[in-house]
Amino acid sequence: MDILTWTYVLVGLSFALYIGIAIYTRAGSTKEFYIAGSGVSPLANGMATAADWMSAASFISMAGIIAFSGYDGSVYLMGWTGGYVLLALLLAPYLRKFGKFTVPDFVGDRYYSNKARVVAVICALFISFTYVAGQMRGVGIVFSRYLEVDINTGVIIGMCIVFFYAVMGGMKGITYTQVAQYCVLIFAYMVPAIFVSMQLTGNPIPQLGLGDTLSDGTYLLDKLDGVLVDLGFNAYTAGRKSTMDMLAITLALMVGTAGLPHVIVRFFTVPRVKDARLSAGFALVFIAILYSTAPAVAVFGIYNSIETVAGQRVKELPEWVANWEKTNLIIIEDKNQDGVVQFTPDIETNELIIDKDIMVLANPEIARLPNWVVGLVAAGGMAAALSTAAGLLLVISTSVSRDLFRTFKPSMTEKRELLIARISAAGAVILAGYFGVNPPGFVAEVVAFAFGLAAASFFPVIIMGIFSTRINKEGAIAGMVSGLVFTLAYITYFKFGVNLFGLSPSAVAADHWWFGISPEGIGSIGMLINFVVCYVVSKFTPPPPQKVQDLIQDIRIPRGAGQAIDH
Amino acid sequence: MENNKLKAYWRQNLKILLILLSIWFIVSFGFGILLVEQLNQIKIGGFKLGFWFAQQGSIFAFVILIFVYVFLMNRLDRKFDVNES
Repeated sequence: MDILTWTYVLVGLSFALYIGIAIYTRAGSTKEFYIAGSGVSPLANGMATAADWMSAASFISMAGIIAFSGYDGSVYLMGWTGGYVLLALLLAPYLRKFGKFTVPDFVGDRYYSNKARVVAVICALFISFTYVAGQMRGVGIVFSRYLEVDINTGVIIGMCIVFFYAVMGGMKGITYTQVAQYCVLIFAYMVPAIFVSMQLTGNPIPQLGLGDTLSDGTYLLDKLDGVLVDLGFNAYTAGRKSTMDMLAITLALMVGTAGLPHVIVRFFTVPRVKDARLSAGFALVFIAILYSTAPAVAVFGIYNSIETVAGQRVKELPEWVANWEKTNLIIIEDKNQDGVVQFTPDIETNELIIDKDIMVLANPEIARLPNWVVGLVAAGGMAAALSTAAGLLLVISTSVSRDLFRTFKPSMTEKRELLIARISAAGAVILAGYFGVNPPGFVAEVVAFAFGLAAASFFPVIIMGIFSTRINKEGAIAGMVSGLVFTLAYITYFKFGVNLFGLSPSAVAADHWWFGISPEGIGSIGMLINFVVCYVVSKFTPPPPQKVQDLIQDIRIPRGAGQAIDH
Repeated sequence: MENNKLKAYWRQNLKILLILLSIWFIVSFGFGILLVEQLNQIKIGGFKLGFWFAQQGSIFAFVILIFVYVFLMNRLDRKFDVNES
């Protein structure tokens, strides 16, 4: 069978599976809709969390980003895994004991204030929308590349699938679908990685293959460093970012991860406090399988592409180059007409442009793997994009139906609340689809927003809500607002200053960054500001009422964590 | 009495957190970023050690940390009789 047939078969089968699960597990109550009735086992929840967390960007783009940034790419590897340690140790068990449904629930109750709750809802909605727009675009790209339909058609097909199981099944449907999606995506990621690792180094474990020798006896990493330096690039294992910026970005990504509402909410779905701790551990195991393979895929990919394309004769390039030239993911232009592809850091003479996404998408073809592997990668990319989109849509619908409607109209019946939750999920799917079809031109930049905002707003307020009995509502609101405003202002100034305020490009250049910290890393400073402001303001205002102090004492011990309770 | 017991439980909990988070900091920010140049002088197989910590070692360490935490906390919960049935 050819690639297209295999792709249709494998993607079709995986979709049928997801829909089947959704019908089987549809939600009947708000509790099932919001948190799957808190009956999910830690192992299943860990898998679902991993699928929820790993987006189309993790699956398709991360290896490529690392391939082109070398050592500097470590910020993503450490940042997007280290956050789970913070989640497991500082947040998950206590929030599970608290036993409500959402992050704004916690903020509103702990800080005894609907104002704080509304600030939290706005943060949650903003972060989730930022994220989901990118996912829908990812679905569209995977569809268009593999199924040879137009990107917009791809987005609409993706919308229908997500609509079906997110609106029907709620958290319960999503959780079990995500378990299936994790299996599909990890299998699709590992199979080509293992094949390529065997071909290059003879070692079937990619994590070890990365440190192994090539057929000529030299170490792969040494060889790659040498090849890149000869071509005039930096050595792969050496960094270019400043140490300060590396620290700031890694911290912002870690703390941002721990503050993302669609990740936190997963720990409300397990039965007990000890399950929440264990579940965070399982989630990180499942994430680590992909994240520790990604740097190997990156090195294999960049090494293979340079070896098979750079310095070769234009007329004798391998077949995969022609296939992917059609998608503009690889561009070859023989500028000096000498018939050979020059690959150099100088834009004037460089004749080879490789897109980051090619490291994963074209990997099976570069390594001449069978056609079914290519179809498998398509199904995997789709699983990654759909699972993350569904998790985000749920946070959006919960925020609207529960945190907004319930707060201001507490007399609402459960049936009505469930209906509103479903309608807002439907509305969110349509809005996300709109952004998928008409993507804002700055998708990559807004991701910096999502992490920066999560780091500067939620994380400090939740941590202090648990570990201090003295922090009060005045401190929390002042802290959230100041962290948020600072981070927003810094990112806006350096990312959009030229377009929005007509600043000159040199005014927003890297040498004007404060302490050399890039907009991606500024969330860590925003977080510090939030902590300090929150602490100082609380010192000069009255302590929280006794009822809240009792609540804090109660969430600190595991015993008595019943089912999640309603108001 | 009951109150003192809870205070002791919480102190023990904070101690566990402090130790584990120190390791979390050392393997990632320490070995992976601050000391990367020095550790890169050491080579194990094809890996420069600092580079390995930044791209592989810290991730494995994070996984181990969480499971150690689960083990220690389950033991602590039983010791102070605050565990769930």
